[in-house]
Parts: sequence; structure tokens; C-alpha cells
Amino acid sequence: MATQNLRHALFCAVVTLVISYPILGLNLEAWGTNVVLTGANTTTVISVLLAAVAVFLFQLFRDRIMGTLGKLPPISPFANREPMPQAKWERLKSAFLTLLIIAGLIWPFVASRGAVDLSTLVLIYIMLALGLNVVVGLAGLLDLGYVAFYAVGAYTFALLSQYFGVSFWLALPIGALLAATFGFLLGFPVLRLRGDYLAIVTLGFGEIIRILLNNWTQLTGGPNGIGGIPDPTLFGMEFGRRVREEGNTSFHETFGIAYSSEHKVIFLYLIALVLAVITALVIRRLMRMPVGRAWEALREDEIAARSLGLSRTAVKLSAFTIGAFFAGFAGTVFASKQGFISPESFVFLESAIILAIVVLGGMGSQIGVILAAIAVTILPELAREFSEYRMLIFGAAMVLMMVWRPQGLMPMRRTHIELKKQE
Amino acid sequence: MQDLLYFFQQLINGLTIGSAYALIAIGYTMVYGIIGMINFAHGEIYMIGAYTALITITGLATLGVAWLPLVLIIALICAMIVSSSMGWAVERIAYRPVRGRHRLIPLISAIGMSIFLQNYVHLAQGSRNIGFPALIEGGFQFGSGDAFQTSISYMQITIFVTTLICMTLLSLFISRSRTGRACRAVSQDIGMASLLGIDTNRIIAATFVIGAALAAVAGLLLGMYYGSIDPLFGFIAGLKAFTAAVLGGIGSIPGAMLGGLILGVSESMTSGYLSGEYKDVVSFGLLILILLFKPTGLLGKPEVEKI
Amino acid sequence: MLEVKNLSMRFGGLLAVDQVSLDVQEREIVSIIGPNGAGKTTVFNCMSGFYKPTGGQIIFDGQEIQGKPDYRISRMGMVRTFQHVRLFGKMTVVENLLVAQHRHLNTNLISGLLKTPNYRKREQKSLDRAAYWLERVGLIDLANREAGNLAYGQQRRLEIARCMVTEPRLLMLDEPAAGLNPAETRDLNQLIVSLKEDYNVSVVLIEHDMSLVMEISDRINVINQGRPLASGTPEEVRNNDDVIKAYLGEA
Repeated sequence: MATQNLRHALFCAVVTLVISYPILGLNLEAWGTNVVLTGANTTTVISVLLAAVAVFLFQLFRDRIMGTLGKLPPISPFANREPMPQAKWERLKSAFLTLLIIAGLIWPFVASRGAVDLSTLVLIYIMLALGLNVVVGLAGLLDLGYVAFYAVGAYTFALLSQYFGVSFWLALPIGALLAATFGFLLGFPVLRLRGDYLAIVTLGFGEIIRILLNNWTQLTGGPNGIGGIPDPTLFGMEFGRRVREEGNTSFHETFGIAYSSEHKVIFLYLIALVLAVITALVIRRLMRMPVGRAWEALREDEIAARSLGLSRTAVKLSAFTIGAFFAGFAGTVFASKQGFISPESFVFLESAIILAIVVLGGMGSQIGVILAAIAVTILPELAREFSEYRMLIFGAAMVLMMVWRPQGLMPMRRTHIELKKQE
Repeated sequence: MQDLLYFFQQLINGLTIGSAYALIAIGYTMVYGIIGMINFAHGEIYMIGAYTALITITGLATLGVAWLPLVLIIALICAMIVSSSMGWAVERIAYRPVRGRHRLIPLISAIGMSIFLQNYVHLAQGSRNIGFPALIEGGFQFGSGDAFQTSISYMQITIFVTTLICMTLLSLFISRSRTGRACRAVSQDIGMASLLGIDTNRIIAATFVIGAALAAVAGLLLGMYYGSIDPLFGFIAGLKAFTAAVLGGIGSIPGAMLGGLILGVSESMTSGYLSGEYKDVVSFGLLILILLFKPTGLLGKPEVEKI
Repeated sequence: MLEVKNLSMRFGGLLAVDQVSLDVQEREIVSIIGPNGAGKTTVFNCMSGFYKPTGGQIIFDGQEIQGKPDYRISRMGMVRTFQHVRLFGKMTVVENLLVAQHRHLNTNLISGLLKTPNYRKREQKSLDRAAYWLERVGLIDLANREAGNLAYGQQRRLEIARCMVTEPRLLMLDEPAAGLNPAETRDLNQLIVSLKEDYNVSVVLIEHDMSLVMEISDRINVINQGRPLASGTPEEVRNNDDVIKAYLGEA
């Protein structure tokens, strides 16, 4: 046993060296047309060696280490507590959400312009993640092409404003409905596929849409994208220094205050906040409605659900369409915030980030998803050196979550419908 | 005559790319056949194979080793070793702990692994694409005079022949060796195989290692063929190879070969007659159509749903 | 009301069901019996639309239903249970019954989002119906428990209640007594008879428990190796030589 353990530990250490040294320790560099090899600095080499030693020691004493870890008291203080009664949990959740919204309302008036701008992005991600959460978390459909619907929303607004001068407020419902229609049309044929095939097919659709946006140059501007997307207006008041469209007034003149570019940023932030809150509330309702129960039933046991008269296609399609709808919403806000969009913003990686948010937050759990969206968007901004490692850490986190806590950081707590005792 | 020569040129290009796709597709198809999961990170293993090969070739050039066959063989061996170790480690870290859980969990883990590996190479080697020296140059020309000529480069022949050799070795291995027999047993019924005393964990690890080794071969070949590599270069190739595997019938090794060739040819025909930009659209479209209308692929066995 | 004519089902080279026929009249309990692997569940799977039969006809209320999608057949009023209970284990008992009423509650999304009075009324109605059936099968006290945590016998009863809230006209029960103790089997026996007597439901039953079958069936169909072997009243089947041979002899 001991020798076998030693051999295994040695093997693991060698594998560690083999997979890390050539890639980390020998760097290819292009010098003109030539490629030369340079050795990495000593710290990298030493870390690689240390990693191999660490793996060796861990594998050698694996049983003992795991045994000790198992005996350690759980880190979370809540781990051993009885679950809260549902009513109390609900009240706590509502209170938390209300606090979050109030904080969100005060935020733009105390924070810097850059911070508010970033917060708008966070809110967009919250919308996206909440929408994808319906598809992945509630209905159990892995959609890897979610970003396509986001693109549909954004491009709808960009194109409508470019060709027809349509305003943000009109484009918002149109973008969302168009995205939903896309979801419906794409979903219709593919939703009878099994889970993992569905994931790949949606990934394919997402890529096709991106390639089309990239190559349909006459309409979409191809890789150059579309610029000059207008900001939203407030009852016909524009936020620019000068009024762009005839008949509109400008915000700062109407109220007789000095022009400040901050007004626009704050206004956009508030719009995003309202939309995010609406998204959260609507989805919360949906979860308690028959359609929400149907999603769950189909996720738990498709055959039983079908035997009770639930149409697999109709139920899955509703989730897919609703998810797409909210992505369209988010897309419109994104286009307006950026003022410029290009296919760059709608690559697969973006889908993966949104999926990572949903997975980290705990599939199905709204609060979890909101917190994860905040963390995932803000952390790389807080620590610049961290941002380079962002995707690396995302990838690792996704794997670790699946291995240790597939239910996510804040697992979903089901809200039961209670049958009251009839006296 | 002109048109025919042009057509043959596209066909040759397609078969070249297609046979390399087939090599990558083997990894998807074997893993799917045995544990029923899509190894989403397989494209990255292939990319790492290509990087290792380039590192080795550059290293050998620095050391002054110039004899081409030796350079290629050493590069191939190094790439295979690194990729296989990576395949083994990935299975051990990201897939084995989640095996047997709900279908989406291994898949999400695999996506995470794919993102991780992409960025691992990106951070270590930079995001720019790096030129891959064309070690095998020259070729045959068909067609005469100043008209359009069909050419087959030695590189294309190398790709084709190497693929053929790998596939033959693989079929011999699967049908003759002990491990190969165990592989087949495990893919038929994993529970029964383990009752019969087959170490299923070892067999599953072996499929990952074999798949990764073949992907490394493809990495070296396609790296040379395309002339440059970057950290994202595995992602699309992986999707293409997965398409090839599904097209041929996932789980079937001859199917992967057939699927790879069909995909390669349809891609090069699209580039040749339509536009290079839409070749990805064609292969994704093909994937979607196959999954919708014949999810078992061309050579796959039907699955019967049970209650 | 239900007529199955020459039903066949082939999987590749295996003919699992070969020319099986049976019919069910209003308010009748018909059993399908046969040795293990005789193809009984396959017949059920064809009838409930889970498999598309390779031959023959299934006529329900004068309509051919073979090959129709399963959820359509269920909505026409033919609902089944499963050999291995299939509940929505993480949902509560009462929620299991609410899901089953989904098609009755096909309210549009807007009225649900706004909680219109009409929507509330319908939700309340379905809760009432669920409560009624829970009372009926004796699970009312467990209404807010997770269905997956119930005892096996309770799960079986819940599965039947879940079918009944859909207001079926024909109930297909796949080995409802499997895994039950004698007392529970007696209760089940009474429940099935009362479904017929009090709720005008016809029942098709697959069962191994002969005492149950003989006691409550109006007619019995025996199949063996996918082929029909005998059919008739319990008395006739009990005395049929082929049946006795299939069950006792040759084995």
C-alpha cells in the first residue's frame, strides 16, 4: 500500500511538472519573423517546482489530509442550523432585497461617475444573469448561446435608431420582444434535444449569429460595429449638452442647472436599476405561477410531467422565450450605455461569463445570482492585476463549484405553496 | 477542365483538414462512448499539443538539431506526452469527481476547464498568434501551363498519411489489446465491466490519454499547415471536431473519421465556392441539422429511451 | 371506450409486443397479467404515447391515438402511473397535485403576473381539488412535506391522486401494489374499486398480485412473450390450461 501510494504520488508530481513546465517555463516570443524561445524568470520555475512538490506531498498523505479535513468543524456558522421556517426566510429575503434597492437608489448620488457607470454594467449583468437563470436554473436547460439574444436586443436598438430614428423607450420593448421572438423561433426545433446536445446547438446558434453580424457589413457595419446610438430621454428631455433632435429640450436647461455629463450617467443607471428590479420581480412571480411549477416538474422528471399532460416543448419554450426577452432588455440598455456596439461584445466568452454568474450564485437562486453578478463584475475592477487572471479564475471557479458545491454559493431555497389547514 | 481542377483542389484541401478533424474527433467520440459526456476542454488539449510542438521545434532549432525527421518525431513525442498528461490531469481533477451526477454538471465543469486552459496558455504564452515554421514544403502540381493548377503539398500528404497511420494503430489497439477490449466492455456497460473486475477508472483515464495524444498529433500537423497558432485556436477546432464526431455518430470511431472528412470537404467547398467567412456557419449549421434530424449520426447506434 | 387492435412493437430485431388486442368499456377494471418480461409495460408505453407502436391501432373514444404525443393522450383523459413511482421528489405533496392540473390552469402569463381575481380564483380551485384528493387518499396531513420523503406506500397513493386530479376517464396503473404490505394492498384494492364506482373511471391494471387482480378485475388479459395468451373473466382465466401452463409449467 505504502509503495503504491508513493508511486502514485510520484506520478502525480511528474504529471504536474510535465503539464506546467513547458507551457509556463519556456516562452515563445516572436522576434520579427523568427520565433525564439526564452526561459521564464526564476520565480516561475521555482513556483512550478514547488507546485510539483506540493502535489507530491498531498498525494502521499492524501488519506490523512482528507481525514483531518473531514473532522474539521464546518466553516460556515449556519451549516448545522435547522433550516429557517419558510415565512421567516421569506421576510428576511424581502427585507434584504428592499435594502439592496434602497442602497441602489442612494448609490449614484454618493459615488463617483466611474463607479456609477460601472454599476450600470453590473445591473446589466444582473438582468442577463436573472434571465439566464430562468433557462438554466429553473428550467434546467443549458443555453450556451444566450449572448445571441443580448446581441439581438442591442442591435435592434442600434439599427432602429440608425435607420428610423427610433428612441430608446420605443426600442426597449421592441428589442425585448424581438429577442423573445428569436428565442421562440430558435427554441422551437431544438428544445426536444437532450441536455448536452441542446447546449452545443445553442452554442452553434450563438456563433452563427455573431458571424452573421460580423459579415453582413451593409446592415451591421461588420466588425466596425454601429456607433452614435442615442441616450435615453426623460419625457423628451435630452441629456447631451446640445439637443440632438428637434422638439426635444435638454435636461439641464429645463431645470436651470449647469450642464453636467454626470446627469446622463446617473439617469442611465437609474433606468437600469428600475429594469433590473422589474426583471427580478417578474421572475419571482413566475416562479410561483403554474408555469414556474411546470418548469420545475419538467426539470425533475420529464417523463412523469409529460404523462400528466405537460407539453415538453411548450413548457421549455416558455422558459427559453422569457429568458431571451430579458436578454433583449439588457441588450437595449447596453447599446444605449455604450453608444457603440460591435460583434466583439457578443462572443461566446460573454455567454460563459453569464453562465459562470448563474453557476456561482447557485442555480435558481435570485439573491445568489445578484450577489454573484456584483462580485464577478466588480472584483476585476477593484484589483487591476487581478483582471488579467479573471477568466482563469472564472474557469477554475466553475470547475471547483461543480466538484464541491454544484448547488452554488447561495443554493436556491424553494418557496413552497402551503396548503392551509381547513378547519 | 479548369472547373474540375478547381474542384479537385477544394476536395484535396477539404480531405486534409477533415482528416485532422477526425484525429481530434476521436477524443470526443471515445470519451462520449464511455462516460457519455462532452469533453468540452478537448479543443484546448489540442491547442496545448500545438504549443508544445512549437516550443519543442523552436528549442531544437536553438540547440542546432536540424535533421527534419528527427525534429518532427521529437516534437510529436513531446506534444503527445504533454497533451496526454494534461488529458489525464483534466479527467482526474474536473471530471472524475462529478462523474455520475446530473448531465449538466460535468458539462459545466468541462466548460470551466476549457476557459481555464485557454487562459492558462494565454497568460503563459501571450495572446498574440505566433508563427509556426513550415518545415515541410513543396508538393506536386497537376494541370498544365498557365491555367489553374491543382496542387498537393507534401504537408497535405503528411497530414493524410499520419492520420491514416494513427487510425490504423488505434483500431488495432482497440480490437487486439487487453486495454482495448476493456475499453469496449466499459463502453457497453460500465457497471457490468466493473463487476467483472475491470478497473473502470483506469480505462476511463486511458481513453482521455489516447484522445489527448491523438489531439496532440493533430495539433502539430495543423499548426504546421496553418502556419500560426494562438490560445484561442483550439476552441473553434474543438467545436468542429465535435461536429465531426456527432456527424459520424458519437461513440463510433469509424464514424469520427467519416464525419471529419465530410465536414472538412463541406467546409472547403464553402470557402471555395461561397466565401471563407461562412465556412463556420456551414459547419455549425450542419451540426444543428444533424442533431435535429439524426442525432445518432451516420454510423451511430440508436438509443432506446427506457422508463 | 378504449380498443387496442393488433398492437405490435418492435425494437430493432426484437418483437416485444406481437398482435396484442384488448378493449375496455366504461366503468370497467381490466387487468393485464403475464410473466416478467411478457411485454406488459411496453403495451402501456404504447397506449400512453411514450412509444410509437410499430403496428396496430389504439382507439380511444372513437379516435385513433397511436403515435400521438404522450401529453396529448394524457389530456384526452388517459393517465398512467409508473412501475417505479415517479414523483417530483423535491416538490411538496400538494405541489405535485398542482403540477398535474397545469392544463386546467392554462391562464395566460399576464393575468398571473398581475394576480387578477380570476387567476386567484383558479389557483384556489386547484388547491381545493388537491386538498380533496389528499383527503381521499389519506395524505392531507402530509400535504406540505417533500414528496420524496414519503413512505413508499404513501408515494404510491400520491401518484394515483396525482392522476385523479387531472380528471381522467381511464386510469392506467402499472403494478400499483408492488412493494406494498398486505394491509396497504387491501386499502389500494378499495381505492381502485371506489375510483370506478364513485368517479366513473375505467381502470387498466398491470399487476403481479393475483389476489388483487382476481378480486377486482372485471376482465383479464394474459400475455406471454409479447403475444396474447388468453382473455376473459377472472373465473375463465383461472381455469385456462394455457395460462396455468405458462405460469406453472415449463418453467
